[in-house]
Amino acid sequence: MDKKTFKKVTFIIWCALAAAIILTAIFAPVVTGGVDPTSGTLTDALKAPGQGHLFGTDKLGRDIFTRVIYGARTSLTAAFSVVILVFCVGTLLGILAGYFGGIVDTIIMRIADMMIAFPGLVLAIAVAGIMGASIKNAVIAISLVTWTKYARLARSLVLKIRNRDYVAAAIVTGSKTPYMLVRYMLPNVLPTMIITAATDIGGMMLELAGLSFLGFGAQPPTPEWGLMLNEGRSFMQAAPWLMIYPGLAIFIVVVVFNLLGDSLRDILDPRDE
Amino acid sequence: MTKKQLGIRLIQMVVVLFGISFLTFILTYLAPGDPVQAMYSATGIMPKPEVLEAAREELGLNQPMLIQYGNWLTACLKGDFGTSYAYHKPVVELLVTRLWPTLKLALLSMVLMLIVSIPFGMLSAVYKNKWIDYLTRGITFFGVSVPNFWVGLMLMLFFCVKLGWLPVVSSNGDFKSLVLPAVTLAFAMSAKYTRQVRAAILDELNQDYVTGARARGVKESNILWKNVFPNSLLPLITMFGLSVGALLGGTAVVEVVFSYPGLGNLAVSAITAYDYPLIQGYVLWIAIIYMLINLIVDLSYIYVDPRIREKR
Repeated sequence: MDKKTFKKVTFIIWCALAAAIILTAIFAPVVTGGVDPTSGTLTDALKAPGQGHLFGTDKLGRDIFTRVIYGARTSLTAAFSVVILVFCVGTLLGILAGYFGGIVDTIIMRIADMMIAFPGLVLAIAVAGIMGASIKNAVIAISLVTWTKYARLARSLVLKIRNRDYVAAAIVTGSKTPYMLVRYMLPNVLPTMIITAATDIGGMMLELAGLSFLGFGAQPPTPEWGLMLNEGRSFMQAAPWLMIYPGLAIFIVVVVFNLLGDSLRDILDPRDE
Repeated sequence: MTKKQLGIRLIQMVVVLFGISFLTFILTYLAPGDPVQAMYSATGIMPKPEVLEAAREELGLNQPMLIQYGNWLTACLKGDFGTSYAYHKPVVELLVTRLWPTLKLALLSMVLMLIVSIPFGMLSAVYKNKWIDYLTRGITFFGVSVPNFWVGLMLMLFFCVKLGWLPVVSSNGDFKSLVLPAVTLAFAMSAKYTRQVRAAILDELNQDYVTGARARGVKESNILWKNVFPNSLLPLITMFGLSVGALLGGTAVVEVVFSYPGLGNLAVSAITAYDYPLIQGYVLWIAIIYMLINLIVDLSYIYVDPRIREKR
């Protein structure tokens, strides 16, 4: 097997695993056999992993396995929302800044500079905390501090081609601005932006879980991994399984998406060849 | 960096700080919670509407937004960040007592991170595709894919609960209580930084001059220490400065995990209590710390890169 097919095969493997995770999340009710993730029987509280409850139960007698599976829904939806949001906003603003230059560029990039002068998570904590704790606000908070990276990247890619002759030729021959943006600028930035977005999914999940852990993301009784870790913290000694399984779930999902991003980069990035 | 550049840099910093202060203010201004109600509900009594109104008047919460911002900013410049609603103490006083523990934690993690990342990043680059490289890459991959608060919880479970070597609650701030938070924080940071060190050194090792030196028979260790390492210091320092941002954010999460008495822990409780002055103070202070560290990073270029020095 040569290097190229090997890269393609690994990519397909990670794609399949990611698809499996997404399908598990979508078909959570089927996977868990119809158990309700938000209600439990108190007599079953804090049962160790074993018969009837694969991963044990929490303080309210809710099945941890069910909650971990349903947690994938929350995490995946939130992480994809963040990535899609910053991808669209960042790419759009970056292209505009790079293409038009001048005042548009100055305004957009100065705002981006200001955001970058902040440690990301600190601002995200402040935004999520102040707007009120909810998974939606956590998504907004993380998007607010992440779009700058995409905008800078898109801008730098546009600047690379902005002054090429073929771009000038297209403008002189009467191409309208929207056409220039969509047909000339966008295709040039898209591959790099997609790679960045793909490699960012895992990181976004970690940040979202972090916010939920602090209590600024998902709210009880939503099954969310970060929140489950926070709830399980006080039972560390008596019921360590409350912390082990949600953590493993985050880890496995993040690993799969990170590797998927890496292998996508290997395929699309021409630098290696 | 010339004196002029330094001047421009300082002016930029002031502008950015101005922006940050406005942003912080806007955030708390638009926040849905009512600070006056939060203040009273903390004491457990719900007073009459007139009393609430009087409290709002007293705190200046009834004035137009820009005037409130102006008042707040001028007070901040004088070093008065307001009074905490929840603690009824000056914000500065609260932040100062928490500042040192957080700095201690951040500094120790930085030192740990450098001690681990630079040797392993270099080894991994020099012995590319050998077992040490695969091992390092494996561990760093694990490090960037695992939530740092979970690592903290697992370390706590093992060292504090099972083995009982270290305290579970790190609230007294002595060295023993500093160990696990610092290790937790350093773990995630080192994973990221080791990868960057590896990439930077590999980048430099692929330069033509290295091939040239090898062809002339220069010893490999000489190439590494006299050429490659000094040349890759610049990107390494830049990336170090950037990772400080993640580190400062990370302190908040780790402090909560270990109940460590730092700024982050204070801020998290302030947010839950709608303690606006304290939140504003925290965000501003962290931004200032971050900017100062990055200023030091920029200044260090002068000593690291002779090309920048000569331009003076």
